[in-house]
Amino acid sequence: MADLLRVENLCKSYPAGGPPWDRRRVMALDGISLSVQRGKTLGLVGESGSGKSTLGRCVLGLTEASGGQVIFDGTPVQGLTGRALSDFRRRVQPVFQDPFGSLDPRWPVGRSVREALDCFRIGTAATRDGQVLDLFNRVGLDPALACRFPSALSGGQRQRVAIAAALASEPELIIADEPVSALDMSVQAQILNLFMDLQADLGVASLFITHDLGVVNHVSDDIAVLSRGKLVELGQTDQVMRHPSHAYTRSLLAANPTLVKGEPHAHRTD
Amino acid sequence: MSRLRSTNAMILAGLAVLALLGVIAVAAPWIAPYDPEALDVMGVMGPPSLAHPFGLDVLGRDVLSRVLYSLRVSLLVSISAVAVATLLAVPLGLLAGYFGRWVDTAISRALDMMLVLPAMLMAITLIAILGPGSAVATLAIAMIYLPILARVMRTSTLVVTGLDYVAGSRARGASHLRVLVSHVAPNALGPVVVQASVLSAFALQLEAGLSFLGLGTQPPTPSLGGMLADGRDVLIQAPWVEIFPGLAIVIAVLAFTLLGEGLRRVFDPRGVAE
Repeated sequence: MADLLRVENLCKSYPAGGPPWDRRRVMALDGISLSVQRGKTLGLVGESGSGKSTLGRCVLGLTEASGGQVIFDGTPVQGLTGRALSDFRRRVQPVFQDPFGSLDPRWPVGRSVREALDCFRIGTAATRDGQVLDLFNRVGLDPALACRFPSALSGGQRQRVAIAAALASEPELIIADEPVSALDMSVQAQILNLFMDLQADLGVASLFITHDLGVVNHVSDDIAVLSRGKLVELGQTDQVMRHPSHAYTRSLLAANPTLVKGEPHAHRTD
Repeated sequence: MSRLRSTNAMILAGLAVLALLGVIAVAAPWIAPYDPEALDVMGVMGPPSLAHPFGLDVLGRDVLSRVLYSLRVSLLVSISAVAVATLLAVPLGLLAGYFGRWVDTAISRALDMMLVLPAMLMAITLIAILGPGSAVATLAIAMIYLPILARVMRTSTLVVTGLDYVAGSRARGASHLRVLVSHVAPNALGPVVVQASVLSAFALQLEAGLSFLGLGTQPPTPSLGGMLADGRDVLIQAPWVEIFPGLAIVIAVLAFTLLGEGLRRVFDPRGVAE
């Protein structure tokens, strides 16, 4: 099957002090190559500062990579402009970690969901309100909440809104950057299940970024393990969970209490 | 809770006094008992009386009428100076904070160059070039506060630009212009509003200072600073010439400061939490 997203030898470095002629640089991403197939989920795991989120932002085109390339559906993403860029943006949507920061506090949440419809000119001005209500229903939210402000919603509700906003443009790939780590356990399970159901229904692929191995085990088909900007392990979820080949992956697994008990398929959804 | 109430009280008190001063300034021609430029040679330095509640100045002009007319000029100059500065500072700070890189470097270094000159020196230099007067004083005060306001705007823009909803909006296909206008600007404006109202107090003082030195509003148009300059020589014989315009400055500055401090508390997240 053709890869929907291919990341080839992606590098990203940041200047870290030193005089202009001898800048020290921090390698946030160091030669990452991976791919996501249509409708599949790649879990991207690593500790804080391992470069997971940077990779997500590079794929979204929000951060410019220093080297390598991101290829979406056969087309390199770097240097896209105008219609092609807009088309790429429509097909790749983010869901962010912090449900407090991902919605404009001055906008009713319905307007945030509608933003993509307006920007990508999906439907007509008259039909968009209906589309927003459909999206609210699809993510299990009462459409009456559309006129509320984010401050009036719970964390779980906000994350549902964020997912609805990401789904508005009918994307083929969702970059989910720690979408549940800011939520309570019980809400985490609801949002994860919603996410997986939607993916199954709509055939959306996803790059699922998380530090939580229990979560990644639950949602992903494949797992990529990132450590200090380097890809240390890449394989099918079962394979990586049962027979981790890299020492870093083993230490990650050992740090996860549920998995130590020998229940590789237990998920933290209770 | 009590803090919230005292915050609202500050804003309300500031606004109420400013509104009163504003009405006085606008209505000065109708409520002033005398022509502020009319001389009464017989009553020079006459003390406060029923006919002249604030007394008469060295040329026999009614101090009350002059204070009322002065407020007009002082408020007009200080408010329009800060308004001009804000209107220029907001887009500059937005561009610098949002786009970063060379845009930020160019704008920030230019602002730094404006900040290098001490406020008074900069005002005097500008006035030396363009000539004294209310309009030039307004321009000079605006130039002094422009870099301060632009920096405040830049900083709050930096914070908002880093938030996920800005990145999300870009990913949802919004253009830079759209992101700036609909997300960044409204959410980054709070601190600038606070700073602008605080700076209005300083602008009023600065205008009075410039007029005192004879660089701002020119006689015979009455101005608070000019009146202070007039009364300085007769402080012992006729203190009312000095005291009433001085009080007017104090009250106006206090009102701006109260409003600014109240707004600052509203926008300060720690104030909301309590």
